[in-house]
Amino acid sequence: MSNEDKTGLARRRFIQTGFALTAGATAALAVDDAWGQFDSQGNLLVAPWTKKTGADFLTPPYGLPSKYEKDVVRILPTPAAAFPTASRTPLQNLYGIITPNGLIFERHHAGVPDIDPDVHRLVIHGLVDRPLMLTMNDLMRFPSVSLIYFLECSGNGSAELKKRTGTTVQDTHGLLSCCEWTGVRLSTVLAEAGIKPSAKWLLAEGSDGAAMTRSIPMQKAMDDALLVYAQNGEMLRPEQGYPLRLFLPGYEGNTNIKWLRRLKLGTEPWQTREETSTYTDLGADGKALQFTFEMGVKSVITKPSGGMKLKQAGFYEVTGFAWTGAGKIRSVEVSIDGGKSWDQAALQEPVLNKSLTRFRYPWMWKGEPTVLLSRATDSSGAIQPTLDEVLKLRSANSVYHNNAIQPWLVAANGEVSNGR
Amino acid sequence: MDARELVKTKYLCTVFAIITMTSSSSMATDIGHQRTFGLGQPVTEQQLRAWDIDIAATGAGLPAGSGNVGQGKLTFQAKCASCHGLEGQGGLANKLIGGGNLNTAGAVKTIGSYWPYATTIFDYIRRAMPYGAPQSLSNDEVYGLTAFLLNANQIVGIDAIIDASSLPLVQMPNRSGFIRVER
Repeated sequence: MSNEDKTGLARRRFIQTGFALTAGATAALAVDDAWGQFDSQGNLLVAPWTKKTGADFLTPPYGLPSKYEKDVVRILPTPAAAFPTASRTPLQNLYGIITPNGLIFERHHAGVPDIDPDVHRLVIHGLVDRPLMLTMNDLMRFPSVSLIYFLECSGNGSAELKKRTGTTVQDTHGLLSCCEWTGVRLSTVLAEAGIKPSAKWLLAEGSDGAAMTRSIPMQKAMDDALLVYAQNGEMLRPEQGYPLRLFLPGYEGNTNIKWLRRLKLGTEPWQTREETSTYTDLGADGKALQFTFEMGVKSVITKPSGGMKLKQAGFYEVTGFAWTGAGKIRSVEVSIDGGKSWDQAALQEPVLNKSLTRFRYPWMWKGEPTVLLSRATDSSGAIQPTLDEVLKLRSANSVYHNNAIQPWLVAANGEVSNGR
Repeated sequence: MDARELVKTKYLCTVFAIITMTSSSSMATDIGHQRTFGLGQPVTEQQLRAWDIDIAATGAGLPAGSGNVGQGKLTFQAKCASCHGLEGQGGLANKLIGGGNLNTAGAVKTIGSYWPYATTIFDYIRRAMPYGAPQSLSNDEVYGLTAFLLNANQIVGIDAIIDASSLPLVQMPNRSGFIRVER
């Protein structure tokens, strides 16, 4: 990247957001004439790109973001993990509530398989009248639905339970995304096989190298579960389960089995490794909570957030996401004084069931050091807890379901950091 | 009713769940009040045998075969120790033995300290291990590894033979350590 490009990048960010990342080329903000856009009196000149024809269409045929957005990417663990873990969504760079397909967080347990949809099969058996094998073509012929839901790993924020580890909101909350999912209702497909009344649990199994399995209550399967094959208007991405995944709105991410190959109906949970050894919540008394499916009410400010810098005193929009596995977000409160006072944030419509909800709050920063907080309340009346409340009664080795309020420290020089 | 009209009617019936249908021929067929679409093919147990690998906590699904601690130790050293350590003490991958009391800050969740069901050991090893070559072990090898890991956690004796009838009877130390929330 040339110096001119760097200057342009930093300047454009400043203009659009009022924030600049502390890392990178932000020092060059003062240069106003980087493009030769102004004359010596500060009058605008016609830009060079206005005086020529632009690039052709279809380069490449599948479009990509502007080259100036090249830093808006998922991040991988550093140092690299010995086994596949997760990549994280850049929440600080998102707008609205939909996560673009190339930025959706990943979590897999044995890598991403390469599956030809023409040879993929889903089998439904166990306590059914007619065991069935379905092709993708079969599944895509059923009546379909498209619905917007969030997806969050229950390990999102797990490291923060013990100590401050993350710098940015991508580090601390990046195992979170929200898509429009398209597929068929699981209840529709199960009816095709005929459910025996004795069926109370369903085993969902992936065809990846982990053959990932979770036991799901039939009540959830018949309520709002989906078999999805598309997200945000196109077929699933390979890392999201292409060509087929189970989707359980509001449930912890791990239960949304990717690369789904088999559903077996039974009377009891199978007690798989992923619902005993992992994805269970150990308490301080040594007892563990099991089948804690629902993601708790949670919110986080994504702007301003860790790693950003407020360049000067003045107006800023405080914005972020709120979500709950229990239903809809009822309200989000923001505090700009470390929790001494709270005020209602505006919720951007649509406020959808088990979806991310965008909140916004206008803030005039006078240049004082402070702490920014957000606190969500959901339609069940549940209020997002503080970290102390989350940790109460938990084991020191607790890993999952951290839905604590996230503090962002704002220093007098405008630098924003993790206030965990 | 012409063909196009029929299709439209069927679609509306399907999508809006109109149970009572005047047309006797329909895309959605009622079977005991459940609508079906005639999609998918019947599948037999024989056809899906290679995929039907889940083991229930009761032991249902455990295959024929058996293994003992000595055989399991050899398999472990050859195929597992490079990640989990020679004795299962952990390395690149999880510690599999010991772990301490779960109500202490230093507790580690292992097969011995945490896993509530012995059947899960067989199920998980067979479906997902060894990392990089899942579903490559014979049932006898998986039984042997299960015996070795149970013995290494002092849950079964050195002479134990693990098979479909003995494995579900193994009492895991933390069997009563879980509270089912189901929500």
